[in-house]
Amino acid sequence: MEMKKPIYHKHDIIIVGAGGAGLRAALEASKGARTGVISQVFPTRSHTVSAQGGIGATLGNVEPDNWYWHMFDTVKGSDYLGDQDAIEYMCQMAPEVVIELEHMGLPFSRLPNGKIYQRMFGGHTSNFGERAVCRSCAAADRTGHAMLHTLYQQCLKNEVHFFSEFHALEILTNNGAVNGVLARDIVHGEFHVFHAKAVLFATGGYSRLYQNTSNAHINTGDGLALTMRAGFPVEDLEFVQFHPTGIYGAGNLITEGVRGEGGYLVNAENERFMVKYAPTIKDLASRDIVSRGIMQEFREGRGVGPKKDHVLLMMDEIDEDIIRERLPGIMELAETFAGVDCTKEPIPVRPTAHYVMGGIPTNRFAEVALGSMDSPEDTVPGFYAAGEAACASVHGANRLGTNSLLDIIVFGKVGGAKMVEYVNSLPDFIPLTESAGDRGRAEVDRLLNANGSERMGSIMQDLRESMDENCGVFRTDESLTKQKEKISELRDRYHNIGLDDRGLTYNLDLIEAVELGHILDIAQVVVEAALARTESRGAHFRDDYPDRDDQNWLKHTMAYLSEDGDVRLDYKPVRLQPLSVESFEPKERVY
Amino acid sequence: MGKVTFTILRFDPEKDKKPHYQDYEVEIRRPGMMVLDGLNQIRWEQDGTLAYRRSCREGVCGSDALNINGVNRLGCITHLEDLKTPVVIQPLPSMPLIKDLIVDLNDFQDKFFLCKPFLIPKKPLPDLEQLQSPEDRRKLDGLYECILCASCSSSCPSYWADPEYLGPSALLNIWRFVVDSRDVGADERLQLLNDRHGVWRCHTILNCIEACPKGLNPTQAIGGLKKALVSAKF
Repeated sequence: MEMKKPIYHKHDIIIVGAGGAGLRAALEASKGARTGVISQVFPTRSHTVSAQGGIGATLGNVEPDNWYWHMFDTVKGSDYLGDQDAIEYMCQMAPEVVIELEHMGLPFSRLPNGKIYQRMFGGHTSNFGERAVCRSCAAADRTGHAMLHTLYQQCLKNEVHFFSEFHALEILTNNGAVNGVLARDIVHGEFHVFHAKAVLFATGGYSRLYQNTSNAHINTGDGLALTMRAGFPVEDLEFVQFHPTGIYGAGNLITEGVRGEGGYLVNAENERFMVKYAPTIKDLASRDIVSRGIMQEFREGRGVGPKKDHVLLMMDEIDEDIIRERLPGIMELAETFAGVDCTKEPIPVRPTAHYVMGGIPTNRFAEVALGSMDSPEDTVPGFYAAGEAACASVHGANRLGTNSLLDIIVFGKVGGAKMVEYVNSLPDFIPLTESAGDRGRAEVDRLLNANGSERMGSIMQDLRESMDENCGVFRTDESLTKQKEKISELRDRYHNIGLDDRGLTYNLDLIEAVELGHILDIAQVVVEAALARTESRGAHFRDDYPDRDDQNWLKHTMAYLSEDGDVRLDYKPVRLQPLSVESFEPKERVY
Repeated sequence: MGKVTFTILRFDPEKDKKPHYQDYEVEIRRPGMMVLDGLNQIRWEQDGTLAYRRSCREGVCGSDALNINGVNRLGCITHLEDLKTPVVIQPLPSMPLIKDLIVDLNDFQDKFFLCKPFLIPKKPLPDLEQLQSPEDRRKLDGLYECILCASCSSSCPSYWADPEYLGPSALLNIWRFVVDSRDVGADERLQLLNDRHGVWRCHTILNCIEACPKGLNPTQAIGGLKKALVSAKF
């Protein structure tokens, strides 16, 4: 089949992804340069919309707080894998960017004095771990929805140019610099080349790799796979966060804000078990600790139900009025997905794949930066990343709740500003190469003509179930080796798939086939990086290596994928030096 | 656990002259299955050509508004066990059909854009947040939760009859800003609505209230706008 020539576009800046990070970047970039945004879905369908509990910032509206405590909590929460310059930058910026969002119209909940409402959240403490602190700025439990819509509204006001329902397929490069993106118009099936001086990826995470997940269907890690296929590495993919409170059986998120408002977890013996695992802040410990606590209860036979495979989130100590006013969204979710009236009954929960700490490696300016143990970080001209797709790394081995909404706003904004500086300093567009876009078009062409015997749905199902089984909260050499073999088998099956839909118009079959190829690449990196990392740190817990090993493993994984599908692992040092304060030395992590 | 028949409207613009219906058997595999789970089962296991939109699968992104047994709902939060069988699934009414259950929402989205759906704040802005009392903030409840799914507008006979009518969704979203104590743009917005394609096209048929999957009340919002217009005497 002869391929039609792509439709050509030229923008100073192209942003891929229209969630919080992409829209915040677009808002900043459009002030100083011609900016276009490509999104697989209409912007307000992006996954930021599902964020519930709030955005972390030390406004101090409820009680004294300061960014240095926030920084300490984030470094400790990251199990010391976070880069401390980026963390300092993010925590310092937090109050300013939250006030900007309020000025844009974000409908934050309010305190009686009219200021932004703040609630407690996991891992956020006052005075270096003394007690939990009210730091999460919330719009009831719909903060992500309120934020995404506010940012979209502002983008409309600023006349940002959107290409909605366009699927990115290839990062275009010329001699080491990024100069555009190939995308396909999902509705009409045509290819488009977006020639740009700068490209920012804000394409989200890949928690759809798991069966039991809080994530939207679209979170298949497309941006990371395209990054690897363009020859660039991805960082720390073995660190996947399992949120402690996913609705049992469905996986949907119940915000940590429930525990911030006074909720707590009990096992089958009606015991508040978190006191054993985090004596000081108990149910408000960081997510890795709470999720492992729950799984440990299952292992010791104290899970609830015939399969002893969930625990109960108790809300009896929260007034019904407070639930209705501050947690209306989870009331709806509990009723819809668990059949539970949470003003009267507990919600059955278990850990659910929720967030990925790793991503496209960047410095604190959202500039994609490569590096290794021996060579210092060096930026890739024209290439930027922000949000869950990026690894700055502000979350290290484990993210604190409310720091993801903060991350997307801070690094979206700085990425947008840095791109404007860069494109204005670059006199001309870097020309496209002869072969620009060929790889992405060939892939679509191959899939549209694929007539193998394998069904995509069954490969996807096998992948997700086996990842739950072998690469979840607890991992061992044995489980990971088994999973590595499984993925190799699934990759072979993928090469033998056949599509039902060969049309051009809104071909969801094709989109999911492309995504499956992407997520198989990612699965392979996750498993091989997890297998190599013979220690336990943050969300990555190895039963066979239960301790953190700073001597050998206080470093970031950098994974490359070769043309023939082999993974090569390299490493780079953690940026331990903050900007203006002393480094937080790694310590034992107790909550 | 039994089977349910889905009767789905199919249309492939590359092959079909007009839409037709196709039946599928969906296996009930666990309690609490949603319509979206059924559609996924069909596509992953039986017929990959079926097209529909979906993302968050928990009722907050607004992708999968569908007409299910004659009512506009979100597929991802509609329980199969609550539905009469066969379950008849059609795209949202009155919107141009692209393929199967996918409609063109460009016009719907343009109307939202026309209404200046963004905060127009008092200037100069304070250094810290603009203060808002909890009572004033409560006025936004029931409004800001709109997910732009188009269930309401596509259920509205006035919207079907008048291609230029802004429709309940856009009007609810304007009201969200008019009642925001931080906003000073009421006058410029209200002027946009004071014609025959604006608020006066609403004849309080109330379909939009039944259609809204978030339990919002666009008719009440439109009533508020009408009152504001009358008292402002534009």
